[in-house]
Amino acid sequence: MSLDPATVRRIARLARIGIDESDVPALQGELNGILGWVEQLNEVDVEGVTPMVGTGHAALRTRPDVVTDGNCRDAVLSNAPDAVGPFYTVPKVVE
Amino acid sequence: MTYTIEGRTGAWEIVVGLEVHAQVISHSKLFSGASASYGGEPNTHVSLVDAGFPGMLPVLNQECVAQAIRTGLGLRARINLESRFDRKNYFYADLPTGYQISQFTHPIVGEGTVEIELADGTVRHIGITRLHMEQDAGKSMHDQDPARSFIDLNRAGVALMEIVSEPDIRCPEEAGAYLRKLRQILRYLGTCDGNMEEGSMRADVNVSVRKAGEPFRTRCEIKNVNSIRYVMHAIEVEATRQIEVWEDGGEVDQETRLFDPSRNETRSLRSKEDAHDYRYFPDPDLLPLVVEQAWVDELERALPELPDDKRDRFIKQYGIPRYDASVLVAEQAIADYYEEVAKGRDARLAANWVTGDLFGALNRTGRTITDSPISAAALGGMLDLVSDKTINGKIAKEVFEDMLETGDSAAAIVERKGLKQVTDTGAIDAAVADVMARNADKVEEYRGGKDRLFGFFVGQVMKAMAGKANPAMVNEALKKVL
Repeated sequence: MSLDPATVRRIARLARIGIDESDVPALQGELNGILGWVEQLNEVDVEGVTPMVGTGHAALRTRPDVVTDGNCRDAVLSNAPDAVGPFYTVPKVVE
Repeated sequence: MTYTIEGRTGAWEIVVGLEVHAQVISHSKLFSGASASYGGEPNTHVSLVDAGFPGMLPVLNQECVAQAIRTGLGLRARINLESRFDRKNYFYADLPTGYQISQFTHPIVGEGTVEIELADGTVRHIGITRLHMEQDAGKSMHDQDPARSFIDLNRAGVALMEIVSEPDIRCPEEAGAYLRKLRQILRYLGTCDGNMEEGSMRADVNVSVRKAGEPFRTRCEIKNVNSIRYVMHAIEVEATRQIEVWEDGGEVDQETRLFDPSRNETRSLRSKEDAHDYRYFPDPDLLPLVVEQAWVDELERALPELPDDKRDRFIKQYGIPRYDASVLVAEQAIADYYEEVAKGRDARLAANWVTGDLFGALNRTGRTITDSPISAAALGGMLDLVSDKTINGKIAKEVFEDMLETGDSAAAIVERKGLKQVTDTGAIDAAVADVMARNADKVEEYRGGKDRLFGFFVGQVMKAMAGKANPAMVNEALKKVL
């Protein structure tokens, strides 16, 4: 698998990362290098093998349905670049 | 009869599938311990997990899983003992993590079915493709500030069930019946309150059109329709639009659209360029969810009686028509009320009073069954007076209205107003004789062959006795002398 420049630009757009047109060839090379390395896995025959999701037989932990968290608005808003009263704010998004 | 829409080139069928988002009833959120209750000051039902702070880890709420399984069982669906959580990636201001945790490749519930009944009595089965758990997003407010949107994350991370139907729906009425049935099942199960106005149940509607016998054509998805009536309108409007596109020689694009009820149209919601590419992948924070069959069995044993089963039991146990049974099981509270009234009494009479006079009274007074001005015990008490012939059916209506107004018991009203039915043959015979004497001409006519005058005599006798006579005995007495 090899990425063309259009796909590189599309991935950047989906990830909301602004890139310069001049960066595209370098990024294309790096991404293709990563993909090529991961593609070595294709050499292993896994036909009929159940996907392994972990090394142990650990099942997902769950918690009881109890309210134990929240009511910490100051902490929640502490990183907000532009909070107004009890709200986060963002530049207007209307579809 | 197949529902079709007539175009310039002939009849078109419509094909509809629904994706319903149902908010799970739980105390806390799907992956955090913050409150899932509605309302609350902005951004107070939010933990650092919900706000997407770095390093915070999701921990699954066991009860939300139980609710999803109960719902799956209620939809007669397959429960997948192993399911997984995936990340659905997209950017929006009310999605702090930049991804929604959902179940994409391995949902917790597989194929099931919902039985619907149409106005003409037709019964159809709508297939369920799957049900999966996912997180709700926060809320954006766009009208608070000219340049900014305000974000409240109280809903962010609340558990949703997405229930996907097969494209089995063929007309707006079926879509409405399906949604009502689904809502009824969810409410019986207590897994979602089904309140579309408050957004705890919303539907995405997939619509396409085709000529008879064709395979499916391209569909469009109408997002977030929030009432059953709007879903039915949106289907018709969108199908009509697509027919025009095809008949003008165009192609329908697969796209997401929005229904605008005020203009009765759908319009494209997202430009093609922005078409979502969600790049799903397994959430590395969450292991596969494995549930034991024993637990599923335990949940199944604890399920309440479902509406279809209850309806069938009512028909059998109480000998009432299917239509009445369907009306009575529409809500659990109505069914409970009916069963209390019917217990040990004439069940058909009870059904008539509940679906007739009681529903009428609730409508007029703007009440519901749970705050009915006449309790099941009180209505039952009145029916006892009808059954033991203390009052007749006509007087019962008068007593019922009085109960509605005063809240007194039927027995007290009968006593107060002296409404006790007259079953004294002497009094009835006297009234009959009196009426005959005063209407000698009519008696002649009747005996001359004008049979329909019989009703006139009954009316006169009842009137003379202020409506309190036993009607059967009046008929009897009249037949004897006439």
